[in-house]
Amino acid sequence: MRLNCPLVVKVLECFIRDELRKAGFEKIVVGLSGGIDSAVSCFLAARALGASNVHAVMMPYQTSSQESLSDANSVVEMLQVNNEMIEITPIVDGYFGSQAQSKHLRRGNVMARARMIVLFDKSMQYEALVLGTSNKTELLLGYGTLYGDMASAINPIGDLYKTDVFTLARYLKVPESILDKKPTADLWEGQSDEDELGFTYAAVDKLLHELIDQRVSRQALLQRGFSKDFVNKVLNKIRNSQFKRRGPVICKVSPRSVNHDFHYLRDWGM
Amino acid sequence: MHLSLGLAQISPRLGLFPENLQLHLERIHRARDAGADLVIFPELSLTGYILQDLVSDLAINPAHSMQLQPLLDECREIDCIFGFVEESDNFKYYNSAAYVSKGKIQHIHRKLYLPTYGMFDEMRFFAMGEKLRTVKTEFGPLGLLICEDLWHPSTLFLHAQDGAWMVVTISSSPGRGIRGDKSFQTSQGWESLLKTMSQFYTVYNIYVNRAGTEDGAYFPGGSMVVDPNGEIVAQSTSSGDDFIFAELDSAEIRRARLQTPVLRDERLELTLRELTRIIRQRSNFDENN
Repeated sequence: MRLNCPLVVKVLECFIRDELRKAGFEKIVVGLSGGIDSAVSCFLAARALGASNVHAVMMPYQTSSQESLSDANSVVEMLQVNNEMIEITPIVDGYFGSQAQSKHLRRGNVMARARMIVLFDKSMQYEALVLGTSNKTELLLGYGTLYGDMASAINPIGDLYKTDVFTLARYLKVPESILDKKPTADLWEGQSDEDELGFTYAAVDKLLHELIDQRVSRQALLQRGFSKDFVNKVLNKIRNSQFKRRGPVICKVSPRSVNHDFHYLRDWGM
Repeated sequence: MHLSLGLAQISPRLGLFPENLQLHLERIHRARDAGADLVIFPELSLTGYILQDLVSDLAINPAHSMQLQPLLDECREIDCIFGFVEESDNFKYYNSAAYVSKGKIQHIHRKLYLPTYGMFDEMRFFAMGEKLRTVKTEFGPLGLLICEDLWHPSTLFLHAQDGAWMVVTISSSPGRGIRGDKSFQTSQGWESLLKTMSQFYTVYNIYVNRAGTEDGAYFPGGSMVVDPNGEIVAQSTSSGDDFIFAELDSAEIRRARLQTPVLRDERLELTLRELTRIIRQRSNFDENN
């Protein structure tokens, strides 16, 4: 599972520059949460484009932890990227209004989507593309909000597991306080990714590497010592979240249909 | 016989023929100014690689189209190998490589092995080539291959037996595998393959891979020339756009074949006999399915 950091950084920098310029853009906008994923994306963008072409947006909700904000600020200070803060409290509370105490998950989804609205609006304001911050672990497990934090134009870390993101963060010299804290979506107080998922990133990344990259069968995984419950749980999460990794399903009624047999890359003619 | 080569490691733009043509003309100029005899571009260099439904839009039938004329005109004093989508008279599309000399296409190789697995989907969009012939150049017989072709050693075997002393593989190979020590695992695969193939067949292997990205597929370049002893004599150290030059000398082939006459000792009848038997048995018993 060792990662070739110099190679990965070189490739991801080139990817950001290339995909951006082909689309006719010079700048990116990225939401900075204070967590490790957005920090790494932001570091990569600053390296690829120069700090002046990176707009970081902090979007706290009233219950977001102070620590998240100060960690996001430490990234901004270190990289000297453009930055601003847009509180999403009025958007989220304005929507929920008098609706009686909604569940954590509903509120969390609306927060993630409020941030998406802000980022895509900023993308238009600054003529910048939205940089993605979803890693491969959460993409595979479906641990993200569809059209929320999963929405972006280009995502440099989408093929890196969470543990790889940690390795890369150390290599890029992301502030220690971000490296040391427990990963959290910070959608409600005391939330922790690993508590919520019910397993550690170290364990699930090892399993996903075998399952997805190496295509090891379920049976062979059990023989290699992964517990049956763990393997089943992860397999179910992957299967149940496939919808998040695909566009809406279109009913095919014509000879040539979008998402069925209309095959062009996004780079088409760029 | 000496040959001076220019390897044009470029990043073609997806589906933009005029821009790519311009890029070719510029690189051909540069190669000519540098005194190269032959300039080589990557696979599908005029069109970009992951074309999908763009294939038919970009296809060219060289017998009827004038689209290639500016490129051919530029190649009156230098030879050139480039990649394009070829349309046949009966409307099939091929992933092809052309050898140009004296302002004319002298030879076209149609890709024989179309990868259709993992991230690749070529057989959906292209027809398979059916012929493998060397090109008689003024520098000696040359074998042409496209990317996946080289992963089937029979292609190099045939080229070498047909007299090629240099084999050019043009490629659009995306990098995969980031857990190795040096480069992509796929890049290391290419390097060891080219070295081994050169030793097996005592030929020069010339590899030209593209650079750039297409929808997040990253092409890491790494173009190189390997001599008939399996030694790298020129290699791009850049994963981006690059231009490298190399000198080829038939005396090196002579020396390698004197030292290790494996090509001389090849037993074609034996190979053919056994192949015929294997094919017969497969069709009789279906035992390898």
